[in-house]
Amino acid sequence: MRQLILALTVLLPGIALASGGGVHLQEANNDLNDKASLQAGAKLFVNYCMGCHSANYVRFQRIGKDLGISNSELQENLMFNADKVGETMNIALDKSDVKRWFGVVPADLSVIARARGTDWLYTYLLSFYLDDSRPLGVNNLVFKDVGMPHVLWDRQGWQKPVYEVTTDAHGKTHQVLKTLELVGKDKMSGNEYLAKVESYRKDVRDLVNFLDYIGEPNKLVGRSLGWKVILFLVIFLGFAYALKKDYWKDVH
Amino acid sequence: MKNILTASLEWVDARFPLSKMWNEHLAQYYAPKNFNFWYYFGSLALVLLIMQIFTGIFLAGNYKPDAALAFGSVEYIMRDVNYGWLIRYMHSTGASFFFLFIYLHMFRALLYGSYKKPRELIWLIGMLIYVCLMAESFLGYLLPWGQMSYWGAQVIISLFGAIPVIGEELAVWVRGDYVIGDTTLNRFFAYHVVLVPIILLALAVVHIIALHEVGSNNPDGIDIKKHKDPKTGIPLDGIPFHPYYTVKDIVGIVVFLIFFSIIIFYMPEFHGYFLEYNNFVPADPMKTPAHIEPSWYFTPFYAILRAVPDKFLGVIAMGAAIVVLFFLPWLDRSPVRSIRYKGWIFKTALALFVISFFGLAYLGMNAPTPLRTDFARLFSAIYFGFFLLMPWYSKLDKTKPVPERVTDR
Repeated sequence: MRQLILALTVLLPGIALASGGGVHLQEANNDLNDKASLQAGAKLFVNYCMGCHSANYVRFQRIGKDLGISNSELQENLMFNADKVGETMNIALDKSDVKRWFGVVPADLSVIARARGTDWLYTYLLSFYLDDSRPLGVNNLVFKDVGMPHVLWDRQGWQKPVYEVTTDAHGKTHQVLKTLELVGKDKMSGNEYLAKVESYRKDVRDLVNFLDYIGEPNKLVGRSLGWKVILFLVIFLGFAYALKKDYWKDVH
Repeated sequence: MKNILTASLEWVDARFPLSKMWNEHLAQYYAPKNFNFWYYFGSLALVLLIMQIFTGIFLAGNYKPDAALAFGSVEYIMRDVNYGWLIRYMHSTGASFFFLFIYLHMFRALLYGSYKKPRELIWLIGMLIYVCLMAESFLGYLLPWGQMSYWGAQVIISLFGAIPVIGEELAVWVRGDYVIGDTTLNRFFAYHVVLVPIILLALAVVHIIALHEVGSNNPDGIDIKKHKDPKTGIPLDGIPFHPYYTVKDIVGIVVFLIFFSIIIFYMPEFHGYFLEYNNFVPADPMKTPAHIEPSWYFTPFYAILRAVPDKFLGVIAMGAAIVVLFFLPWLDRSPVRSIRYKGWIFKTALALFVISFFGLAYLGMNAPTPLRTDFARLFSAIYFGFFLLMPWYSKLDKTKPVPERVTDR
């Protein structure tokens, strides 16, 4: 069963590509209430993303408060070049240097989850594959010719594209991308391969979860406040309606 | 205690017509007793106007109208200002609700002929409010300084450039720069928080004074002042606005607040219609987004603009689509006001108009294809046909007899 699910999820992008449309996005299914996942995501973020990407509007202190991380833990594990917990997730990277290296200035990631959506980010981070024609040796299924290297390669490994040959209506043959698979799949047992794929999916889900959280740190505050406000209004509606009914009883 | 209060009121009344105004506009303003669902949206629009002003004051207290700081200051409001996120969502969601209610309010006027004599001026003032509201939302949309803010403004201001001879100069004059820039942002902020709100408030007051001068229309479209109590002079079908309609409108306001809360707490982007995803990317003058679309409330007019092959003529058509609304009171030649007593021709025309308006809204939200452009042309033709042919079809239409007194439907 797991094999089947995996086959389906890994195949999906390939199928979408083969049908000529955009890449089908896989669902991130991240959970903002999962603090362990958010903490893991925060760690991945500072270790893998913050070399180049900032999150300029996000304060360490706020992350600590929301994710249950103490100030000393913050300073030890998450703050590599910031002194005070009140600081934002800034990076010291020269913009002209980075532009020379990658061709673009890496985006600030504070609200990237709101701009791109969690499913896109999830699929994007799963979709790097080896491509010799690119300067950094990798390309991406959902972001063609992306300037970003596959920074998470040591957690995922390298993926290579698997093509299949199809014949179109005019009798011409085409190479169509069928799926992506990890290099060295043949040297692993089925279970080993699955575990490796699953472990990386968890990493990406945690990271996307964290990006979703920093995109709107007050989302959970809003959700927990919302139903109370609505409940109050519904009760108030009862009174308001009774008042209206009473006043209107002499109107015929 | 009561004596002090009464004495104070008398003191004020001797110097300012406070009780007189209270009576004229609330306690002794007699509104028809048969207002239905459609009559909530006037008071709801007023509630939104006030809400937008108050949330706007709090936002302005933390916002920075500077191209380098604007985007960050909005995020600052969203994260670091206490309940800033709530105020901001109330403002952004409020803008969309304001338009929704104004459209429903205008549609009510179409249904019951509320623009017809003697209420032409109310309609004209209302149209001015609508135009100001469009300006207000367009100006405010630039302020978050996201990609859609920037490029939406770029596209709309460039429309001035389509005007022959003076166009380009005019566009530069409006922007204060050759492209949308810091100057534009700074002045748009000033217009958004000072200029247009003052005009809007003044027009809203004038709209209500004009309404209370002639009295409210009603779903039957009949004149309640024709049948007055011989002793008191009060219309027999009229009830004092306060307390009857104040308590009724409170119910409407609470129902609105429930829907409003569901959106601001659980779906503030409203699938990208209230806050567009692309607007979470900071404005970048060097990177044009693949797909630029205006906010949903402008899309019918945007579709009309795109339906015309020539840019200048498109701008004219878009402007005409709004200008034609001003003439509505003189286009309708029907002897009756309410749709209840109008014939099948008007009902069919109105149905076609509604379909076209929604069709145009949909088309304006989506990238054009040849088929969609054909539909946009068809719907634009129906849109204009509804108004421009009205003098004929509204006269031809067979109307039903109008009752003397309001009905209970």
